[in-house]
Amino acid sequence: MPLSDIIYKIGGGIPGGKKFKAVQTGGPSGGCIPEELLDLQVGFDELTQAGSMMGSGGMIVMDEDTCMVDVARYFINFLTEESCGKCVPCREGLRQMARILTRICAGEGREGDIETLEDLSEVAIEASLCALGKSAPNPFLTTLRYFRAEYEAHIKEKRCPACACKALISYYIEPQKCTGCRICLRECPADAIDGDKKIVHIIDQDKCTTCGVCLDVCPSHFGAVRRISGEPVPPPLPDEQRAVIKKGKGQ
Amino acid sequence: MSDFLMQIDGKEVKAVAGMTVLEAARGAGISIPSLCHHDQLEPFGGCRLCIVEVEVDGRTRLVTSCVYQARENLVVRTRSEKIDRIRKTLLELLLAHAPDSPQLKDLARDYGADADRFEKEASFCIHCGLCVRYCAEVKGKHAVGFVDRGINKEISFIPEIAAQECNDCKECFPLCPTSYLQAAFVLVEAFAFPRDGDETSSAE
Repeated sequence: MPLSDIIYKIGGGIPGGKKFKAVQTGGPSGGCIPEELLDLQVGFDELTQAGSMMGSGGMIVMDEDTCMVDVARYFINFLTEESCGKCVPCREGLRQMARILTRICAGEGREGDIETLEDLSEVAIEASLCALGKSAPNPFLTTLRYFRAEYEAHIKEKRCPACACKALISYYIEPQKCTGCRICLRECPADAIDGDKKIVHIIDQDKCTTCGVCLDVCPSHFGAVRRISGEPVPPPLPDEQRAVIKKGKGQ
Repeated sequence: MSDFLMQIDGKEVKAVAGMTVLEAARGAGISIPSLCHHDQLEPFGGCRLCIVEVEVDGRTRLVTSCVYQARENLVVRTRSEKIDRIRKTLLELLLAHAPDSPQLKDLARDYGADADRFEKEASFCIHCGLCVRYCAEVKGKHAVGFVDRGINKEISFIPEIAAQECNDCKECFPLCPTSYLQAAFVLVEAFAFPRDGDETSSAE
């Protein structure tokens, strides 16, 4: 049975009209398989060839809002604590891999990070004592193999294409769509939103913690809040242009 | 015990059944680096520096020589581009903990390892386990052990045992390839069993 049948026919596909991005199979030390390989038959050899594994048999399906560098960071970080800590390639190698991946997600990636991660992966695979260390680099290696552009965007452009890495994104309220309903303004835990009833809301980028509450609470028929990564946030509207005229219902 | 011949780095080497590849090599004067091996202790296989290439059934693979049994006609290579590359990275990972360890510095020179490649770590311990294993296997005291796991694993003296046993022994101190072990002992001594009238171990 192909992966797509399990995901779409049995699992019911991606909720919320989002786009499929990758499926992680085999547990934490498995790998991420991209859309191009959705027709892959689910079998031990097939999954291994794709860089992943059957492992526990579990699958995690991810949509377009998932950052693949962040996924690798999450699983490698998990494995640093699963390691027994006896041998150097696993204990120390994973420690450094987790550190570098965390740095990349925080917007502090450097030239050469990908090569260092590849080097540490080789050492872990070749020199670890047991199968945990030998398979631990899989989350990194598969995401690099299928989503290299995302790593490069994080490192070179300080941009998270999925708009998921908190340090690399900004939230912005589009003035044409904001109705001045005050929901986000009340819910913002950082008190970072300025505005009033029928006055276009503006996020103070210095106060914003990029928690995303504003995006979650903005009523979907307005859809005024969006995430931006890798480009400057448009300047706020001057005060005299902030009054909301005839928007929302009836328009 | 039967003698047999094997080949290490192109040299015919005589070995005895039950020997590891590391023992056979060292017996023939061929050096393989290692940080966790000790003649009096059971093989550990923790530092992985002693990896070598062996040819088994026509296929080459990497094995850890301190735990891999020598056998007749085995062909071993102790250096190759790949082995050197792996040893270099392993040393760099350890130098993040103990950049001033003489043993590590010597090996770093041999393999061109850069002590500053990885960000420095707060603990000097490189988890070779020499102290832990020596205390358990040779002394039978278990005064020092490993606690926790993964990146949080560390060595720790057990105060109740250390207070009784350590002051007259300290045989593990010279085994430590970094200076961490003594520091760990002084710390536990200061906190858990300060010696009366001893200024350095006064907790105040």
